[in-house]
Amino acid sequence: SRDFAVGFNFHSHPNSADVISTVEFSQSGEFLATGDKGGRVVIFQREPQGEYNVYSTFQSHDPEFDYLKSLEIEEKINKIRWLPQLHSALFLLTTNDKTIKLWKVSERDKQPEGYNLKDEEGRVKDISKITSLQVPVLRPMDLLVEASPRRVFSNAHAYHINSISINSDCETYLSADDLRINLWNLSITDRSFNIVDLKPDNMEDLTEVITVAEFHPHHCHLLAFSSSTGTTRLCDMRSRALCDQHAKLFEEAVDPASRSFFSELISSVSDVKFSHSGRYLLTRDYLSAKVWDLNMEKKPVETYQVHDYLRSKLCTLYESDCIFDKFECAWNGTDSVIMTGAYNNFFRMFDRASRRDVTLEASREVCKRRAVLRPRRVCIGRKRRESDICVDSLDFRKKVLHTAWHPTDNIIAIAARNNLYIFQDRHSPSGHHGMNVNELDIF
Amino acid sequence: MRQGKNSVSSIRRTMAGADGDDSLYPIAVLIDELRNEDVQLRLNSIKKLSTIALALGVERTRTELLPFLTDTIYDEDEVLLALAEQLGNFTMLVGGPEYVHCLLPPLESLATVEETVVRDKAVESLRKISHEHSPVDLEVHFEPLVKRLASGDWFTSRTSACGLFSVCYPRVSSTVKAEIRQHFRNLCSDDTPMVRRAAASKLGEFAKVLELDYVKSDIISLFTALASDEQDSVRLLAVEACVSIATLLPQEDLETLVMPTLRQAAEDKSWRVRYMVADKFSELQKAVGPEITKNDLVPAFQNLLKDCEAEVRAAAANKVKEFCENLPEDSRETIIMTHILPCVKELVSDTNQHVKSALASVIMGLSTILGKDNTIEHLLPLFLAQLKDECPEVRLNIISNLDCVNEVIGIRQLSQSLLPAIVELAEDAKWRVRLAIIEYMPLLAGQLGVEFFDEKLNSLCMAWLVDHVYAIREAATCNLTKLVEKFGAEWAQNTIVPKVLGMANDPNYLHRMTTLFCINALSEACGQEITTKHMLPVVLKMSNDQVANVRFNVAKSLQKIGPVLDSNSLQTEVKPVLEKLAADQDIDVKYFAQEAISVLALA
Repeated sequence: SRDFAVGFNFHSHPNSADVISTVEFSQSGEFLATGDKGGRVVIFQREPQGEYNVYSTFQSHDPEFDYLKSLEIEEKINKIRWLPQLHSALFLLTTNDKTIKLWKVSERDKQPEGYNLKDEEGRVKDISKITSLQVPVLRPMDLLVEASPRRVFSNAHAYHINSISINSDCETYLSADDLRINLWNLSITDRSFNIVDLKPDNMEDLTEVITVAEFHPHHCHLLAFSSSTGTTRLCDMRSRALCDQHAKLFEEAVDPASRSFFSELISSVSDVKFSHSGRYLLTRDYLSAKVWDLNMEKKPVETYQVHDYLRSKLCTLYESDCIFDKFECAWNGTDSVIMTGAYNNFFRMFDRASRRDVTLEASREVCKRRAVLRPRRVCIGRKRRESDICVDSLDFRKKVLHTAWHPTDNIIAIAARNNLYIFQDRHSPSGHHGMNVNELDIF
Repeated sequence: MRQGKNSVSSIRRTMAGADGDDSLYPIAVLIDELRNEDVQLRLNSIKKLSTIALALGVERTRTELLPFLTDTIYDEDEVLLALAEQLGNFTMLVGGPEYVHCLLPPLESLATVEETVVRDKAVESLRKISHEHSPVDLEVHFEPLVKRLASGDWFTSRTSACGLFSVCYPRVSSTVKAEIRQHFRNLCSDDTPMVRRAAASKLGEFAKVLELDYVKSDIISLFTALASDEQDSVRLLAVEACVSIATLLPQEDLETLVMPTLRQAAEDKSWRVRYMVADKFSELQKAVGPEITKNDLVPAFQNLLKDCEAEVRAAAANKVKEFCENLPEDSRETIIMTHILPCVKELVSDTNQHVKSALASVIMGLSTILGKDNTIEHLLPLFLAQLKDECPEVRLNIISNLDCVNEVIGIRQLSQSLLPAIVELAEDAKWRVRLAIIEYMPLLAGQLGVEFFDEKLNSLCMAWLVDHVYAIREAATCNLTKLVEKFGAEWAQNTIVPKVLGMANDPNYLHRMTTLFCINALSEACGQEITTKHMLPVVLKMSNDQVANVRFNVAKSLQKIGPVLDSNSLQTEVKPVLEKLAADQDIDVKYFAQEAISVLALA
């Protein structure tokens, strides 16, 4: 069995209004970005010792008001996507419900010095003493990290944007809302092309909404999008300009006998992720995570139960609106392990080859003690072990919706409300045992 | 610290009478503003960079100003763009061609910024100053810069390098030439699609400066590789390169070196690549010559016209006329009749309206190529079908190109179908459609003749004058002027002037104003007699209108038609009315009446 252990560091926004709404590693993994409900983006940089420290913080979106529709537009960051780092500056796309922005985060370590008409303190010089011209010179200064908005892509979505995804051509990206998917050029803000439109002529005929969309990691022409009916569609942009007709439809037949009032609600796909290899799709619905082979549409190749014990609690979860929670999912760097969140600040990892799984808890208590993360177990009925937790005592207000896995290393980022936990495999080659790094056994 | 305008002027005051060198002052301000917080002031300073350089002299420009500028790449795009442009014209300010290489460092750093427009401008300036380098300097300074950019860490510098190979290649030794070719090869297989796109888009340009043997060996293999790139966006740029490469090669090599790739592109799985082929079809056709066109391009064009993607069909449909025009004369008619026309016929009833309207914008042009008999037998039914199309844009495109048909078969052949089409467009619910058809009225009138016009179209033109959209009423007014210019003053007096003047009594004040606007537009074309005898009395009478807007438009109209009138009517009829209006209760009426009095010199 694998000894999969992680160390951690931990970031918490002091204000409880700053609930983290998205987490995303950069392509190299050197940077990690979080967005929050207050429209802020925080970028962390990995130190040589392996820890992630704050690199830059900026206000990406502000609350707005749509006067035509009398609607408030929240500043909450729904998604962040990094552009591949191809320049000394970092570039990332951030989006709220309506507007996508391209941000540049760059460093500056020099400043000009020398004025003709005043001294460096700003005092006006005695003009009579000026007998020659001085050209400013650049001198080193303390490193300054600046974030500047480069492009604003607005007015293209009538509904709330749920996804953005950058194409492997590094030139275009998609944005998806409840009913439509648009294609943009990263350098053109006044025009986008609609490629998928699910809006029926009559809104009363509406049966399905888009929940999430993503481009294939290597093939510039492939994109996948999932819907509230539990289906995931693969579209080929080569064959037609409009992708309303899908190339493949991934859907598992539901046993009619097990159908219930909640069937459709719990089958809604809350996240879809291509594997790094590009061969598989990972989807998350309310109770399970599924791995699909792009070559097999009729059923998933693997299905993992995330918290099947909730099946008996669906009524309560429906009443508290928890059933609409959108859990995200993630692949590790080698596509061998998948991870997704659950309730009670638990998150789950599944090793695909050994079929072993583990439940871990992201909690401040554990972090304070700097202890090793112990596997947790949820039991139905009587406790078998002291550490077990009973289904009835799970806290549904504590949920891990947003998770991210470092693109190559065994480092994971877990967002739970306003807390960000970063755990690191103690056996990973770059894992150092710094003074505030603890070890936590997983498997 | 902020350098505000106030402090500048206070400095200026204290300077008067001081010992300092007065002439330095404005330059000192410009230099200090190079780093002002206000981007507008920085931009202003950069735009006067030549003034600063002139004051500093060539030596200090080289040793102090340029090093500073080399490091200012943190600035806003618009400042960097202006800087990149300035440096392209800076040779004399650094001491002439002998020192032109001093401009390379700042332009090199500008060629690596992430903003495309700035990079492109820096490359443009580098290309410009490359010609000012001596052959030795080019090898010692310029070519190493190109190599540095080509092997730079970030894609931005590598994309910029792509645009510089072609300017230095012709002027360097054969060893360096070999290195340049190698660098270009590397960039064509770069890891990032951006660089491959930049290389693909400069492939044709680079091929032009290469020796023919290298075109055949190097360029063709690069072209083939880029044309089968995994990224659609790279493949489609290879199509563009295909045009320039094909022009460079002798006819006998085209079949083996270019055609396999072109055929593959025309059948690419990605519609975007096929679209590009369709879009560049005329250029490709010219580049490969008549024989290959007959054997290869005709079937390829047929396929594009039948493509499953509407965007591709529309792009191909747009090229129908040009393609047919450029076919070799000996077989033109046969090819069109047997191969192209059947596809065109299908497109007339395409499911996509963009395809139909693209076709409608060029289809009329076929009649000149095919001549009278073929047009009547084969094209006319298509024109008639398109005139009845459900999409207004299709009908408009046909009508707007009527002149081509007129020359070949005369418009009478069409008039029976034309009229209902025009009437329907004239009454379309969308005002922009109505506006578009109005704009074609003078053209139609000229081709259909005055009789047909009076009988069928005149009433439409009059109806537009009372349209509920102002833009339509305005266009209708303008249309009347053009009609009068075409049919003459006498026609105007008999047909339109009475109707226009009749509207002066309309209960709707907007219609009464239209009368005035029409008079403004028509007076000159109609001449003094009609204006004085028929129009002026109506205008004068309207000065008693109860709506102020009408009254001040009377004043404006009088000012407008004044020059057409004789001095007698100005003095005896116009002047008293304007004087009355100048004493009006309404401030605007007063204003315009006074203005008219002074312009017409009636005071």
